[in-house]
Amino acid sequence: MFKKRSTWAIPYVIFMALFVVLPLLLIAFYAFTDGTGHFTVKNLMNFFTDGKFLNSFFVSLEVALENTLICLAIGYPVAMILASKDLNKSAVTALLFILPMWINALMRTMATAEIFNAFGIQLGKGTLLFGMAYDYLPFMIYPIYNILNKMDASYAEAAADLGAKPATVFLKVTLPLSMPGIISGVMMVFMPTVSTFAISEILTNNTIQLFGSVIQEQFYNMMWNQGAALALVMLIIIGLTTVFSSGKEDETQGGLI
Amino acid sequence: MMKKILAKSYLGLVLVLLYAPIAFIAIYSFTTAKSLGNWTGFSLDLYSSLFTGGRAADVSSHETLSALIAALNNTLLIAFIASLASTFLGTLAAIGIFNMKGRWKAAVQFTNNIPLLNPDIITGVSLFLLFVFLHFSRGYLTVILAHITFCTPYVVLNVLPKLSQMNPNIYEAALDLGATPMQALRKVMIPQLRPGMISGFILAFTMSLDDFAVTYFTAGSSGLDTLSTYIYADARKGGLTPELRPLMTIIFLIILAVLLFVNLRNFKKNKSLTI
Repeated sequence: MFKKRSTWAIPYVIFMALFVVLPLLLIAFYAFTDGTGHFTVKNLMNFFTDGKFLNSFFVSLEVALENTLICLAIGYPVAMILASKDLNKSAVTALLFILPMWINALMRTMATAEIFNAFGIQLGKGTLLFGMAYDYLPFMIYPIYNILNKMDASYAEAAADLGAKPATVFLKVTLPLSMPGIISGVMMVFMPTVSTFAISEILTNNTIQLFGSVIQEQFYNMMWNQGAALALVMLIIIGLTTVFSSGKEDETQGGLI
Repeated sequence: MMKKILAKSYLGLVLVLLYAPIAFIAIYSFTTAKSLGNWTGFSLDLYSSLFTGGRAADVSSHETLSALIAALNNTLLIAFIASLASTFLGTLAAIGIFNMKGRWKAAVQFTNNIPLLNPDIITGVSLFLLFVFLHFSRGYLTVILAHITFCTPYVVLNVLPKLSQMNPNIYEAALDLGATPMQALRKVMIPQLRPGMISGFILAFTMSLDDFAVTYFTAGSSGLDTLSTYIYADARKGGLTPELRPLMTIIFLIILAVLLFVNLRNFKKNKSLTI
């Protein structure tokens, strides 16, 4: 019996076949068929020919890229200070920065939008970037902090002893060693921003439509085949990003808890 | 010294920005004005309304409030059932995967990672198409199945390391000493895996509480609301139900207390953050 313990995974394998693999195949199926079930590439071609789709796609990429850079620029110094033994001795301070991750994203976004409204700030691109940075900053700080915290401080000390200036120590030692943390931080911020829909609607009062909103709109208007085709495009982008970055990612980090 | 002051003030500044919206909501939970930024005097009305089912002065608030409370109950119920089922399914799966070899093991682990890497909207849309394809009417069952789909991978990932830390001989020793496989599982294996199962359960529970996109696509027009979809619908209508302010404040305080408690206890033990 215990020799065959590998069979214990069978229920989950069946479950995944039905709820993970089949649904993804269905996205492709619906993307390549019309309403009556006949094969067509029209839905996919619409992505390239319809200005609205392509436009929202590039706007999404741009917003996601800007948001990732903002989070990295603000978050990296925070992670560095938190991980430094001289500057911060309390794990509770670190906890405070990661805590918002655990609060419902929609609640936090709604709260941010309410602040803008209360101060009479016009909702638009600026509020979108501000609100998103606020939403995703903890996801950037956490992996970088984790990796810097585990890093052996003697590397940086050795470099300094050997005459490297602080800037050189940072560029040649600390930064390269923290690369896996930066990569998972970038993934944790970029992927959700590129696909978000409710957050951008709330933060811009629907004046800027991101790609996720456009997909959602297709399904809302019962245009499932068109929606599936757009979802397929996003799936391909996400797949490529993952394959591209997974070669360098540190797999030993384990779960979030 | 100068460096220290600069570093501290930078941390302080980012913290203030990070918590400003939450603090804003918390402050305005003590006044009854419909819109935020409009202080109409200190009052605990919203809190009492939240717990007693509506403000006496406003009849329409009773209906909104019962919808809000129903959404809160749904959120908790779905999260509880989904994370319990995920813990069961995921622990079994982890034991199975641990004992697999070669290409099969790699394939199952790869598939297990798909829901983690997929953006919520893709998971939501794909499951929506599945239920449409199978002519499944959407409601509690579809939402719970969808939540199990994206929660179970977290349990698997949290239980697997515990299996590799475990000495495989003790399970076999229990069998040699006459325990049935069920007894050996219950009395030997589960106690060793428990920390991983618990952290998997907690993570699954939070992910389920946090979810919006997957619920949105799998609940359909069945009228089933969770807190997330309720807030979304509220935002689309252009105003936040005032009672959401005390509710958000209370939820935030609970999460703060739980995380501080868990981490301070662990921190004394192994000097690291466990989030």
